[in-house]
Amino acid sequence: MTIFTEDQARAICAKVVALSKADECTAELSGAITGNVRFALNNVTTSGVVDDCDLIVRVAFGKRAGVATINQFDDASLERVVRRAEDLARLAPDNPEFVPAVGKQNYMPSQSFSPATAAIVPEFRAQAAADSITPCRAAKLVAAGYLEDSQSFSAFANSRGNVGYQRSTKLDYTCTVRTEDGRGSGWVGRDLQDSTAFSASTDIRTAIRKASASSEAKALEPGKYTVILEPHAAAGLIGFMMNYFGAREADEGRSFLSKKGGGNKLGEQVFGPQVNISTDPAHPEASVLAWDNDYVARQRMPLIENGRVVNMQYSRYWAQKQGKTPVADIGNLLMAGGTKSTADLIRTTERGVLVSRTWYIRMVDPQTVLLTGLTRDGTFYIENGAIKYPVKNFRFNESPVIMLNNVEELGKPIRVVGDESPLVMMLPPMKLRDFTFTSLSDAV
Amino acid sequence: MIAGDARLHRRDFLAACGLTAGGVVLPGLAGRAVAAEALQSTLDVRFKKTLADAALNAATQAGASYCDVRVGRYLRQFVITRDAHVENVVNTESMGVGVRVIAGGAWGFAATNDLSPASVAKAAQLAAAIARANSHNQSEPVQLAPTKGVGEVSWRTPIQRSAFDVPVKEKVDLLMGVNGAALAAGANFVNSIIFSVNEQKYFASTDGSYIDQDVHRIWAPIEVTCIDKATGKFRQRSGLSAPVGMGYEYLDGAASGKVVLPNGVVCYGASYDMKEDAIAAARQARAKLTAPSVKPGKYDLVLDPSNIWLTIHESVGHPTELDRVLGYEANFAGTSFATLDKKAAHFKYGSEHVNIVADKLQPGSLGAVGYDDEGIKTKRWDLIRDGVLVDYQAIRDQAHIIGKTESDGCCYADSWSSVQFQRMANVSLQPGKTPLTVPDMIKDVENGIYIVGDGSFSIDQQRYNAQFGGQLFFEIKNGKVGQQIEDVAYQIRTPEFWNACVGVCDQRDYRLNGSFFDGKGQPEQVSAVSHGAATARFNGVNVINTARSLG
Repeated sequence: MTIFTEDQARAICAKVVALSKADECTAELSGAITGNVRFALNNVTTSGVVDDCDLIVRVAFGKRAGVATINQFDDASLERVVRRAEDLARLAPDNPEFVPAVGKQNYMPSQSFSPATAAIVPEFRAQAAADSITPCRAAKLVAAGYLEDSQSFSAFANSRGNVGYQRSTKLDYTCTVRTEDGRGSGWVGRDLQDSTAFSASTDIRTAIRKASASSEAKALEPGKYTVILEPHAAAGLIGFMMNYFGAREADEGRSFLSKKGGGNKLGEQVFGPQVNISTDPAHPEASVLAWDNDYVARQRMPLIENGRVVNMQYSRYWAQKQGKTPVADIGNLLMAGGTKSTADLIRTTERGVLVSRTWYIRMVDPQTVLLTGLTRDGTFYIENGAIKYPVKNFRFNESPVIMLNNVEELGKPIRVVGDESPLVMMLPPMKLRDFTFTSLSDAV
Repeated sequence: MIAGDARLHRRDFLAACGLTAGGVVLPGLAGRAVAAEALQSTLDVRFKKTLADAALNAATQAGASYCDVRVGRYLRQFVITRDAHVENVVNTESMGVGVRVIAGGAWGFAATNDLSPASVAKAAQLAAAIARANSHNQSEPVQLAPTKGVGEVSWRTPIQRSAFDVPVKEKVDLLMGVNGAALAAGANFVNSIIFSVNEQKYFASTDGSYIDQDVHRIWAPIEVTCIDKATGKFRQRSGLSAPVGMGYEYLDGAASGKVVLPNGVVCYGASYDMKEDAIAAARQARAKLTAPSVKPGKYDLVLDPSNIWLTIHESVGHPTELDRVLGYEANFAGTSFATLDKKAAHFKYGSEHVNIVADKLQPGSLGAVGYDDEGIKTKRWDLIRDGVLVDYQAIRDQAHIIGKTESDGCCYADSWSSVQFQRMANVSLQPGKTPLTVPDMIKDVENGIYIVGDGSFSIDQQRYNAQFGGQLFFEIKNGKVGQQIEDVAYQIRTPEFWNACVGVCDQRDYRLNGSFFDGKGQPEQVSAVSHGAATARFNGVNVINTARSLG
C-alpha cells in the first residue's frame, strides 16, 4: 500500500526533518497506484498495476545542497537516506544561486481527488478495453488504445515549518481507430479527474466516426489556411509555448518574451486581444497540486489578459535577484473562449481546414517559438459551413505566438492534456487565420 | 518523451531526468539517490543466481511453460552545471527483480523491489496468475523462436575507466573549465552536464541461461547561448558530441577522436574534447547571430554523420521495427509505411549507395550488449541492402510472423520493473565501398548546403514526411564550402530522400552518434541507441527558411 494518510505522511516527514543535522532539510513523500490496460489490433496486449512510493530528502549546509531518495520507510532506512543526502551535500560545491527552503505558505484548498477514480478495479479497465474494441470489430475497424488511471498523494515538511499534503486522481484514455485497409484513421482522447464521467463506449464513437470519414483523403496544396483546431490539436502547440514563460530566460535575452534592449515583455501586448489565459490550482474541472516543485504556493492569476502578458513565472532565486515576488510554476492553464462547439465553428466557416489532432511537435526556432509538427487522425476540408471531404495530412511550421495573433473565433473550452505537456489545460476549439502548412504527408 | 526520440532540448532533458528548477523530483528514469561510495560495488553473482532460481522454480511449479528473470541494479549520476556554478549533483539507484512468464500461452509479468527469494518467488506466481488471466482474451498462443541456453556467462561494456570511479570533484572541475572557456570565448550562457549510466543486469531463463552483464554509457551535452541585446536576437549551439557506450575515457579529448571538416569545423569520434567544442560553440553561436538567412529551395545536401544519424533513426530505424509495422504501436509511436508487402516486393527504399544494417555488437555504441533482455546472443544483420528493403527488427515472439527461425536479439527493458519489448538496435548507414573523402564529395556540388550537428526533428506516424534542422549550416557553391548560413530545415519524404542519395564517404569518415532517449510503448520506456554513418550526399532536397518575425 503506497497511499499514506495525512497523519502517516506527516509523521514520516517530521521524523526525517528531525533526523537531519544539516542547516536545513526538506522531506517529500509521494506515492501512486497506477493501473493500465493497453490494446492493439482489437486485442488486449498488456495490463498491470504499478505501486510506487518515494521519499526525497533535500538537505543543505550553507549553500551546499544534496539530495537522496529511498523507497523504504523503517527508522533505519530513514536514517540512512538522511545521511546519504548529507554526504552528497558535503561533496557538492557552493551553489551561488542556492535559496533556503521556502517558509510557511498559504496553500489554496484544491479538490484534486475523486473517490471513484481511486476505486477503479481491473474489471473497469478490461471493460473500457472491451467497450473500445467491440464496436470497432463490428464496424470492421481496428482499435489500438491505452487507459491509465492513478491515485496519488504528495506530502512534505521542511525545517522552516512549512508542510503540505494533497491527494489526487487522474484518468487518461486514448484510442486510435484505423480502417482495415489502413486508409482511414481516427482518434479520441479523454482526460479526467473523476472517472464517473468516463464512458469508453461514448468516446469511441468519435474515433470510429473520424476513422470512417477520413478514408479517401484528397490532397490540398500546402499553404496558409484558415483552420479550426480542436482543443486536442491546439494543446500540443499551446503547451509547448508555456515552457517558455519564465521571467529569467526572458530577462536574460533568450526567450520570445525577451525585450529588445533588455528586460522582458511583462505588460506588453504579445497576442491578439481575444486571448485570455489564466491559471487556478483549484479550478473545479482542472484541479492540480496547490504547490510547485519548489513548494511555492500556486495562485489563481491571469497570465495573458486581452493579449497582454500580465504574469510570468519567477523562481525564488530570480525573484530575489530582481526584487520581485516569486510566482509559482503553473500546474494548469485555462484559456477562455465562448460557448460554441467545434461543429458551431464549422458552420460559420466559408473555407478552411479542420484539424483533429497534432503530432510530433518540436521546436524549430526558440526565438519565435516556431514549431513544426503534423496533423493526423482526421483532417477535413470545410466549405460553406460544412465538412466537404477528408484531406491528406499536413506538416505545419507555425508559432503559437503568431497563431494567437490570428484568432477569428474561440469556442467552448474543454479539459485536455498535451501529448508531451505536464499541464492540465482547459482549451477552446479555435478558428485561426493564415495557419502555415508547409508540406503534405502520406501518413494515415 | 513521446514517440519520441532523440536528443532533447535541455529543459526537456532535465524534465525527463526529473531535474527541475526547484530541485530534484524523482522520475521513472532515476530511482533512489545513493552516496558516491555505493556506486562502485556490484551485487554478488551467486546472490543473483539464488534469486533467479527462486523465480524460475516458482514459475515452473505454477505451471509456466517459460520464465525469464531479470535482476537489475540501475545506477545513474548527473553533474549539472550552469555558467560558473554547479546546479546539482545527483546519484540514483534502482534495484529490483522483474519476472516474465508464459502460462496458458499468454505472457504475464510482475516485479518487486524486495530482493528476497520468497518475494521473488511470489512475483513469479503473480506473473503466472496474470498470464493465465490474459490467456482468456488471447486469439493465439505466444510463439517463441527457439534459442539454446548459454549457461553461466558474463559480458561487460569494454571501458577503460568507469565514470562511477571518477570523483565528483574531477567532473565538476572539467565542467567548470568547459563553461569558463565558453564564457571567455564570448558565450553569454552555457549549460553542461555529465550523465553517466551503469546497468547491472542479470538475466536467467528456463532455457538454461544465466547471463551477468555490466553495461556502461556516458553523455556530456553542452548548450551555448549568445545574445544580441540591441536586436533582441539569440542563438544557441549544442555540443557536437554523442552519447556513447564507453567509460569516462570518452572525455579524454584525445587527438585521435577529432575529425576536422573541410571548413575547419571539428567533429568528434571515439574521444571528445569538450572544452575545445565549447569554445567553438561560443564562436559559432555568435556567428549565427549575423549569418545570412537561407534562400528556400532545392539544394544538394552534404550531411555530416552528426546530422544524418537522426534522419536514419527516424526514417529507417523506426519504420523497420516489426511491432510498429504490425500495428502494435498504432496508438502511440505509430505504424510504418514499410509494410510486409513492400518487403515481399523488394521495395526500393533508397539508391544503390544505401546499405543500412542493424547491429548490437559495435564497440562504443549505445546498443552494444553481449545478450539482449531475453537472453539472445546479439548480432548484426542487414535491413537495407543495395537500396532494397530486406529485413525488419524482430524479437522472440515476433520472429515467426516474418518466417524467421531466430530472434534478432533486440529486446530491451529500461528498468527491472518494465516489461522487455522490441527496441531499436543500432541502425547504421554503411560507409561507401569506393574511397571517397568529404572534400572529394563536395568538389562537384554546385549549389548545396553542408549541415553539421542535429537540430529540430519531427516525422509523421508512418515515417513518410520528416523535417530536420541542424546546428551549423554552410553554403556550398561550385564545389567550395562557403559562409555560415542560418534558418535551415530540410523536408523529406522518406523513400525519395534515400533514393536521392548519390554517395556515401568511405570508412575513414565513419562515426557514431545517437540518443539516450528513444521513447516507445505505453507506459513509455526509453532506450539508448547509436547510429553510425559517413558523410553522405543527397541531391535536390527541399529546404525551407525557418525565420519568422513576431512583429
